[in-house]
Amino acid sequence: MEATVTTANSEEKTWGGGNEPMGASYGKLMMWFFIVSDALTFSGFLAAYGFSRFKFIETWPLADEVFTHFPFMHGVSAPMYYVALMTFILIFSSVTMVLAVDAGHQMKKNKVVLYMFLTIIGGLIFVGSQAWEWKNFIKGEYGAIETKGGSLLQFVDKEGHRVALADFAATLPEEREQLTRNKGKWFMEEGALPSYSVAEVQAGFKAHPELLIRTEVITAAKQKTILSREESLARLSQANYVVEGANLQRNEYGSKLFADFFFFITGFHGFHVFSGVVINIIIFFNVLIGTYEKRKSYEMVEKVGLYWHFVDLVWVFVFTVFYLV
Amino acid sequence: MSHEHEHVSNTGRIWKVFGILSAVTVVEVILGILKPEVLHMNNFMGMNLLNWIFYALTVYKAYYIVWAFMHIEGEKSTLRSAVVFPVIFLILYILFILLTEGDYIYEVFKNSTIKWNF
Repeated sequence: MEATVTTANSEEKTWGGGNEPMGASYGKLMMWFFIVSDALTFSGFLAAYGFSRFKFIETWPLADEVFTHFPFMHGVSAPMYYVALMTFILIFSSVTMVLAVDAGHQMKKNKVVLYMFLTIIGGLIFVGSQAWEWKNFIKGEYGAIETKGGSLLQFVDKEGHRVALADFAATLPEEREQLTRNKGKWFMEEGALPSYSVAEVQAGFKAHPELLIRTEVITAAKQKTILSREESLARLSQANYVVEGANLQRNEYGSKLFADFFFFITGFHGFHVFSGVVINIIIFFNVLIGTYEKRKSYEMVEKVGLYWHFVDLVWVFVFTVFYLV
Repeated sequence: MSHEHEHVSNTGRIWKVFGILSAVTVVEVILGILKPEVLHMNNFMGMNLLNWIFYALTVYKAYYIVWAFMHIEGEKSTLRSAVVFPVIFLILYILFILLTEGDYIYEVFKNSTIKWNF
């Protein structure tokens, strides 16, 4: 039947499935190729982030001023520590995963169960940490003003420390009404109103002569520009909108694209972690009921392991691009 | 290197790689907090030296994850090449194009009358 096959592997039934291309089983090879395509997808996202950042290189937010929270430490500026902790959690869950694969090679079921379990726990802690990070990012801390031209103004005191809107905004006897769909003329509506109106922020700023405005522009010393009092008042007169926290339209940290990319890339990565946890749980139960013991091969653990390490690999790059650089 | 019949335990190497990855992450965090002036203020090809170090360390970590954890070092060299080379070259390609274009648009915004287009 296979007399016409003339390759060196002809006796291995290449077209009958007996021969494994590149020495890897079908499932493992396809997992590798899926990872290649997924890696290119993430590269596209990160390259797009780099594109936008190079485009607005002089006004991009400084990462260590954005991500400063650490659990149970309110008001303490702790840049990097929390995300470093998240990185350790993910690297460690990668280690337990590779230990599970290693135990699988030796057909030690109980060890595979233990290490898979630890991997799942690590993945869940990571997803939870990311949710907490998102919560802080969305909530914001200080608030800012968007001008008519679309730039963002933040508030600092004489020493250059950030000041929150709540610390100085005046309370004016005015009524603001949220524009809802039933009052809009043509599919018009707006989200929840900010805590303060533009007029209240302007009045409060005038009443506090110690306050200054910080613009998005990065100086030669790689700090944000702080304006003089006169310049500050002039810029604030062009205020258009009070920004609190972050959403897909605007954010209090700076460039609008910054929050969009943050949500999209860390969200897409978080979704990968989540689906990785789900797949790990499925394989975990298969290990428990002895599926791979019967099959006499734990290769399935190896395949989900590849995916899990890939998720860790992507995070290594996301960590660098969003938090370090 | 075939590992179909002989499954020697690799735990020693796994923990060693974990040590390397942790150490590199700690170095990155320390550099990120200290931001040494010499590195942070000197540019090389459009990016400061500190960022170059961060990217070099990231690629170093990626190498260990792919080689040791994903165990591509144990696969056939054809599989290794089929996976690694397309990714490396396509990423360099897209980075070159997008970063060059991003810088070009920055120049346009800076030097011409267009200030805010998209």
